[in-house]
Amino acid sequence: MKAQCNTDKCIYCGACVGVCPVGALTLDETRIVIDKKKCIGCGACAKICPAGAMTVKEGE
Amino acid sequence: MFEKTDYDVVIVGGGPAGLWSARKFAEEGLSAIVIDKKQEIGVPVRCGEGLGNTWFNRLNLTPDPDWAVQEMYGAALWSPSGKKLEIRFPEVSGYLLERRIFEKDLARRAARAGAEIVTKTYVTDAIKEGTFARGVKARMQGEKVEFTGKLVVAADGFESTIGRMFGLQNQQTLYHSDSGYEYEMAGLKMDDPDLIHLYFGNEVAPRGYVWIFPKGKDYANVGIGIGADNPKTAKYYLDKWVNSSPVCKGASIVQVNGGGIPVGGMLKNMVGDGIMLVGDAAHQVSPIHGGGMGLAMEASNVMVEVAAKAIKAGNVSEAALSEYNTTWWNLRGYELEKLVRIRQLFEKLTDKDMETFAAAFTGPELLKFAYSDKITSAALATTKLIKHPSLLKLALKYLDADPKE
Repeated sequence: MKAQCNTDKCIYCGACVGVCPVGALTLDETRIVIDKKKCIGCGACAKICPAGAMTVKEGE
Repeated sequence: MFEKTDYDVVIVGGGPAGLWSARKFAEEGLSAIVIDKKQEIGVPVRCGEGLGNTWFNRLNLTPDPDWAVQEMYGAALWSPSGKKLEIRFPEVSGYLLERRIFEKDLARRAARAGAEIVTKTYVTDAIKEGTFARGVKARMQGEKVEFTGKLVVAADGFESTIGRMFGLQNQQTLYHSDSGYEYEMAGLKMDDPDLIHLYFGNEVAPRGYVWIFPKGKDYANVGIGIGADNPKTAKYYLDKWVNSSPVCKGASIVQVNGGGIPVGGMLKNMVGDGIMLVGDAAHQVSPIHGGGMGLAMEASNVMVEVAAKAIKAGNVSEAALSEYNTTWWNLRGYELEKLVRIRQLFEKLTDKDMETFAAAFTGPELLKFAYSDKITSAALATTKLIKHPSLLKLALKYLDADPKE
């Protein structure tokens, strides 16, 4: 299970970055960058995401 | 554009905390640079944009009509069934800000005082010397730059990655966070733009509220904050509310924003060797309403005073900087910790509880309750309990709320 970001919905607010317990997320200048090696698929990012852009799905 | 990359203070994040601090450092005769990754200071606005008079007074800040765009005379609290508790002051009680203009003004003041600001500059890495923070590596519009200093200030908001880069535990937990979403709306039909309007209810905004902060007769910041662990999104609840509200009928959304809000109480430790946290990065936010602008700027004052002394004495160790923890906690920390308990009561209220409360109190009584001495408040509470025995259940929920939860 890994985090994914739907860029159509993302408003680049960085809420997901603030709650990621393993520091797998960063808000680069214009996009959310997900470090899939660090991501533990806990879903905190998906829960806080106010826009419903972050999801946790099966995958690499 | 800028001649050097070595400063007394390197501040990451150009919001109210970072910009306010930069000016204060400059006024202390120290060189400071603010690094912001955004293209423009003040944008995007992740905020309800209200600031009460208390803050203008505490911060010695004069409302400038360029950014203090609407006078605020109080608040209307709406119960789930639509009952209104109106708290109206005879005089102006605060202002609604155009925050993007407000922050530009803070930037101008910082620059005028001698601080530097760079935008579209993204911090990629920490620079350390032993256990001490010594600066940051950044990408500045295609160029790699190392900004070094005697002290690093992390004012990078809810994301708070800078503190973590230097080993400070300022990560937000889901339970202690709110998820916020907001629209700037034009063409609203507001009855009373002199008041901010807050709408409560577990179907409206679970563990939070919907707000209308008017910035003009038909123009407002309309947003929502909900508990971050809700399975549905803040957008879902805000859209549901906007679509059913007569105020918003036919109005247009001219801006969309959102963000996380650290509402679980302030960090106990905000310093490390050569690093200090301020603003949302230090969770300096009211646990009740989620506002943080005033606290961020006031904390900046406290932080700069401690930091300037430490820098001038040549000792920026965690021990030397920890005076910031104690001074700030004595000034606001313990006061805000009490509010965490009220927040936890609020989270336990059912819609029926809210109706009970709205039926028992009038707006002026609420004010009297909040601003009277303990004896007057207790007398008023007792009178209310006799008239409305169901309030007792609410009181018991309050006593049951554990601030350490």
